[in-house]
Parts: sequence; structure tokens; C-alpha cells
Amino acid sequence: MTDTAHLEAHATGHDHASHVHDHHTPTGWRRWVYSTNHKDIGIMYLVFSIVAGVIGGLLSGAMRMELQEPGIQIFHGLAAMAYGLEGDAAIDGGKHMFNVFVSAHALIMVFFTVMPATMGGFANYFAPLMIGAPDTAFPRINNVAFWLLPPALLLTILSMFFEGPAGALGFGGGWTAYPPLSTSGHPGPATDFVIFSLHVAGVSSILGAINLITTILNMRAPGMTLHKMPLFAWSVLVTAFLLLLALPVLAGAITMMLTDRNFGTTFFNPEGGGDPVLYQHLFWFFGHPEVYIMILPGFGIVSHIVATFSRKPVFGYMAMAYAMVAIGFVGFVVWAHHMYTTGLSLDVQRYFVAATMVIAVPTGVKIFSWIATMWGGSITFRIPMLWAIGFIFLFTVGGVTGVVLANAGADRALHDTYYVVAHFHYVLSLGAVFSIFAGWYYWFPKIFGYMYNEFLGKLHFWVMFIGVNLIFFPQHFLGLAGMPRRYVDYPDAFALWNRVSSIGYYVTFVAMIIFFYATWEAVRKKRLAGDNPWGDGATTLEWTLSSPPPFHQFSTLPKMDSKDAH
Amino acid sequence: MVTGQFLKNMGAFSAAAMALMPALAGAQEIGRGHPAPGQIHMQESVTPIMDSIVAFHDGPLMWTISLIVLLVLVLLIVIMVRFNAKANPVPARFTHNTAIEIIWTVVPILVLVVIAIPSFGVLSDQLTVPDGERKYLGANIFSFGDVDVPAASLTVKASGEQWYWNYEYVDQGVAFDSNILSEAEIAELKPGQPRLLAVNNELVVPVNTTVRMQVTASPSGVIHAFAVPSFGIKIDAVPGRLNETWFNAREEGMYYGQCSELCGKDHAFMPIGVRVVSAEQFETFITAFTESRDYAAAAATLPPLQ
Repeated sequence: MTDTAHLEAHATGHDHASHVHDHHTPTGWRRWVYSTNHKDIGIMYLVFSIVAGVIGGLLSGAMRMELQEPGIQIFHGLAAMAYGLEGDAAIDGGKHMFNVFVSAHALIMVFFTVMPATMGGFANYFAPLMIGAPDTAFPRINNVAFWLLPPALLLTILSMFFEGPAGALGFGGGWTAYPPLSTSGHPGPATDFVIFSLHVAGVSSILGAINLITTILNMRAPGMTLHKMPLFAWSVLVTAFLLLLALPVLAGAITMMLTDRNFGTTFFNPEGGGDPVLYQHLFWFFGHPEVYIMILPGFGIVSHIVATFSRKPVFGYMAMAYAMVAIGFVGFVVWAHHMYTTGLSLDVQRYFVAATMVIAVPTGVKIFSWIATMWGGSITFRIPMLWAIGFIFLFTVGGVTGVVLANAGADRALHDTYYVVAHFHYVLSLGAVFSIFAGWYYWFPKIFGYMYNEFLGKLHFWVMFIGVNLIFFPQHFLGLAGMPRRYVDYPDAFALWNRVSSIGYYVTFVAMIIFFYATWEAVRKKRLAGDNPWGDGATTLEWTLSSPPPFHQFSTLPKMDSKDAH
Repeated sequence: MVTGQFLKNMGAFSAAAMALMPALAGAQEIGRGHPAPGQIHMQESVTPIMDSIVAFHDGPLMWTISLIVLLVLVLLIVIMVRFNAKANPVPARFTHNTAIEIIWTVVPILVLVVIAIPSFGVLSDQLTVPDGERKYLGANIFSFGDVDVPAASLTVKASGEQWYWNYEYVDQGVAFDSNILSEAEIAELKPGQPRLLAVNNELVVPVNTTVRMQVTASPSGVIHAFAVPSFGIKIDAVPGRLNETWFNAREEGMYYGQCSELCGKDHAFMPIGVRVVSAEQFETFITAFTESRDYAAAAATLPPLQ
């Protein structure tokens, strides 16, 4: 409904706009809604990501409150409030509602928080700046890609208010949406809302990926060969290819699910000769590259920050770039390590063990190269650097538990337990999110032209560092002891570490309040940042521009000579 | 000052985290058949398969990952001390060192190979149902296997339903449902019956016997997963598929597991309870069950749960 209105408005607005010269800066709501400017679209992505992140974070807050103690604590009450249920019906409603929160939390964090922040916000804003381009290749596609996201998010949120299983609201099948639970197990329209949401978000990401690939391959400044291109642009290029190749597979899988649900096909229905495990293969063929989609841009961001604050060029540039290419490539041939317990044959499991462990090698190269970049440097521990160092350490912790899980023999005990939850939150919630905050504090002065308060930024880092570790480190213990994931209630023996984990959430919540206050304070105090607040370590092209950069930059293309490389 | 503060905080945090683990591990009670309060380790093993999983996890895997994390942490600390702007005002300009790059590519490959050797052995054991001749690794994961396991002599089919398990003694042709204890029964739990784990009808199997588990789910149902941590088994119950695993428990007692694949609102409320009894007790039980086709009557032949 809203997007139709936008499209119509866009059509009329376009006629007006064509009378105006390009260098005229649009104002008011037209500047944003009709925007074809990569920097404005980047800012919109960042704002969108923050809004979605708050929703996703509050959902996980309800989950942590529920799990703070054994027994059902709050969800029967939530179900009573939201659906007007009473007694046993409220308890049943609450159990399902917990699954709905689990599912929505994951979908929102993956598709509407992390991806919009990295591939939407930072990639749109800084990839063109770093390669010396005036804008992206397809500015109107860029606009469409962004404006597809709010309706997609809306569809996911709406799904929580439509019937899922008979007599209950919302989709509670997890972000993986395995059939038959998401087909015959959820006859109501909630699942269809989720499917449409993913379709729309997928189209958005594919369009964004096409735009970024074309931009990076064709619009680099004269003299900037691919092998002189900054590592963040490299990371965006690799990630965009992953998006382009992985998302159509997801789209195919959920379309089959849609026809299974609504048009009588039986792709995944054993009663009609289909196979539920086929869906898992398709989903994880997308799903595994997806986790690299979330982390690779972070690799790029961290490389720049580490080099900037060490006042030293990135160590092993070529290895860094091609390690990302290798991770992206191998990421496509390891999907079934998510499926060790589905009944795969011994040989298949052996192959996926071997292939998965290979990923540790390029990942190790990156970790060690960051360390070597800092080695011999003259390091200042400004706020972006704190986040980057935090990222390196926490990503290492998350990475090594990945090596444990790669072994099907060990995964037998850990699959679908909290160990897995701890692992992927260490690489995503602590890894990817730390890299996003690193990028935020690194580029905030460039984007908004203002400097934040150093103390508040540090406080945010330390409170968050303690908080997220408190949440997720004890979950390793829960997983080892055997606590399955996606459980609304658990045997009393798991109470201690669940309580610690929930306390960690509250600490993290405080950290987020500090973050918002620090941002508000920076915008209110208006301390001018200057073109380059980070000194001579910051060598990429965005620091040659004003802060914030002009509405259109590089009308005369910058020329790269050999010493400017990365 | 900034660096010092950063270092102090980082160091204190990691020291606390590191000191915490062995301290807790030392004072830890580890549950057998169920988790113990505050447990940070895997549940106690009673099968050759779980022996190998525990040995593999606690041995090569924990050592490797702890040393890697420690190495990265130490390097970061050294960097923060030696290469902060005050200690090292002029940055070096090097960007390449072929030797070190080869080392940090090749050494991880070697480490992975060392992990892969027991990994493949542990995995192969799990997926190979004993024929009576094959040797299994047990806790000795760097061997060629020296644990004898008898061929499977009992076949049980577990079917995941929404939301309980149905067990069938396939050769005897008898089956029963196993539900979580009801609210009222939970209220008067005995000490041996943990909340959310205790079931009304346990799956009864004999000790030191290889049990072949066939796992599936009702054709019109959803996916579940059959898991018993102390046995080291976990296998999905997929509609339309018959998955297979096996276990051979060496200690009598109650062993609990929980459904391990999201299956709807009562996913957390369909536990798995396996009772391992002596061969004689099992014989009496299964004879009574086959003749009477009444689980309760057959279970009455067993001594009460401790």
C-alpha cells in the first residue's frame, strides 16, 4: 500500500525533477524518498538498520527474560496481553509465541539489521568514495533496493499478527523455516507473510548487489586497478557476488515452499513423494554463504581501521584480498555441515567435514595479517580501534568453536544445542556487530561531520564488551551440558548459566542506551570533525573529501599513482 | 594512559575468564544421563561412541582452540604494550614477509590434519552399526580401535510425534507412547525424576547390548530429533525417512535426552527417557510386554526407579 503510493509519487516527482539541474540539491522529504544519491541512500540504510536492530534486540530481551529462570516466566503473560488468552490456552499461546520471537529475532537481525548496515549503509556510502566514483552505477536501482526493505520488514512484523498454526498467531518455525513445520505445521497465512518478506528482501539485496558489482568493476578512478583497490571495496565486491549467487537459491526454495503450501505441490512433502531434507539442502546452500555475507564487509572495515590507527599499511594486501575470495568460494561448498544429523551418509559427512575445515585456513590468514599490520605500528587506541581489536579477539573465539562444530563427530553432541547459539553469536553478534560499530565510530565523523564524545564511545565499548560476553560465553557451557536451542523452558540444572546469560543481556541493554546517548550528544554538541580526524594513517580517498562530503563528489576524477595503492 | 587502561581491562577480563574455567571444572559434578546444576562439561559417557566424542572434544579440539585463542590474545597484548604510539612513535612500513605468511598458512593446515585424523575415526564409528567384528575407538581416539562391540541384537524404532515419542520393539512387534510427565505428576517428582526430563513410560533396554535405533516421524507430522547426550547420539526424525543410529550402554540407570529439532509449541516438552536395565530384568520386561501388550503391566516387573 505505502510502496504503491511511493511509486506513483515517484512517477510524478520524476517529471518535476527532470526540469531541475542535477547539481541542485533536493530538499525536504524528496531528498530522501526519491534519493538517487549513494550517500543519502547509505544513511537511510543505516537508520533502517538501527530501527530494525532495536526491534530485533527487544525481541531477544523478551527471550532472555523468559529464560532467566526455569519455568515459563513471561510468555504466558505476553500471550494473555497480546491475544487475550487465559489459563492453559495462555500457556500454550506463550510457548508458540516464544518460537515466534525466536524466528522474528533471527530474521530481523540477519536480513534487516546486519545486511542493511554493511551491504546497505557502509557499502553504499563508502565503496564509491573509496574507489573514487561520483556515485554508484545504477542510482535508481539503488533507490528501489532500499525502498523494498521497509515493506519487507513490515511483512515480517505483520506475520506475527496473523494465524500460523491452527489457533495461534505468528510464524514459529525458526529463520530456517524447515518444512513440514513451516508447511503443514503452519497452515495459516503467517508463513506466507514471511515468505513474501524474504522474497522482497531478496530482490532488494540482489538489486543492491548488481549495483555494487557494476560500480566496483566499472567506476574505479583512473589508475586504480583491482589490485590497488581498498580492502573494504574488495570485501563488498566479494560479498555482492555471494548475494547474487546465493539469494536466488533461497528464492527458489521458498517459492517451492509457497506452492507446497498453497497450490498442492509436494516438493517437500513425503506424502506426495517429496523430501523435507531437500529444502534443507537448498536453504543451507543459501544459508552458509549468507553468514559470510554478514561477516565479510566487517573484515574489510576492520582492515582499514587496524591500518589507520597503527599508521601502517595493511600487511599482506594480496593475501587479505584473496583470502576473502577464497572464503567466499569455499563458502558455497560446505552447506551440509548444518545438516550432520539429518541422516547424511558417512562419505557425505566426511566430505563436508574436510571442506569446512579448509575455511579455517584463509580465516587464519586474515586474523594473523591484522596482527601483523599492528606489529611494528604506532598504535593509538581511539574508539574505532577498540572495536576492531575487540572484533579480532571475539571473532577468533567464535571462529575456533566453528572448527569444533565442523567435525561431524563432535557436532553429534553439540548440534542444535546452545553451543551452536554461542558459536554463531560470537561470530555475528560479537563479530559482525562489533565490526559494524567499528565502522560506525570510524566513519561517523565523515558521514555527519561531527565528532562524538570520546569517553561515551569508550564507555559504550566496554559495557557492550562485557555484556555480550556475559550473554554468550556461558551458552557454550549450556550447549556442552546438552541444552537444546529454541527452548522456552529447560531442566532446572541449566538455571545458573541461563541466569548469567540474561544478566548479560541487561548489561548489553545499558550499552545500547549509552550508544544512543553518545550519538545524540554528538549531533547536539556539533564538534566539527574536520576532513580527516584520524591523521596520516587514514589513506583512503574518503578522507580527502570534506566531512560530510559534498552532495556530489569527484566531478573531476581523482588519479591514483602507484604510491596511493590501498 | 589510554593504552594502559585498555590493557588493564582487557587483561583482567581475560584472566578472570581463563581462571574461571578450570576452577569450575575442578569442582564440578558432571551428570550421568542428565545435566548437573551449573555443569560446564559434556554429560558423563556410558557408550563407546560418547567416550570417543568426549576424548576428541576434551583432547585435540579443546587444546587446539584454547591455544589459538591464547596465542591471539598474547599477540594482541604484546602489540598493545610494544607498539602503542608512546612506546613506538615511528611506525614501521613493512607490508610483506613471505616466510611468516607461508608459516601461518601451512601450520594451520597441519593442525587441521592432526584434528582430521581422529575426527574421521570418531565419525566413522558413529555411522557404522556394529557387526560384532569391527573394532571401535572408544576413548582411545588416536588408535586403530581396540573396543569390541557386539552386533546389534535389539531393534527399537522411535517415531517423533507432536509432541511425544512412540517406541516400537520392532522384532517383538510391541509399541508404546512416551509422554512428558503431566503437571500433576511433575508436582510430586521423586529425586531421580528431573523436571521436563522425566517421562511416564521409559524406553527399556538391556545393558551391554547393542541397540539399533531406527528413527522417523509420523508421515503427516514434522521433523524432530532423537538425542541422548550420555550415549552420544543425535539423529533427526524426518517424516518419510527411516534414519538409523546405535548405542551400547555399559551402565544401568536412567538416561534422558530432549527433542533437538524445532517442532512446534511443545518442542521443549517431549523428552526422551531411556532406562538401561540388566539382561534378566529386560528379558522379564519384554516377555511380559509381548504377552500382555500392556506397557504398564510390563514396567511393573521392573524395580521402582531410584
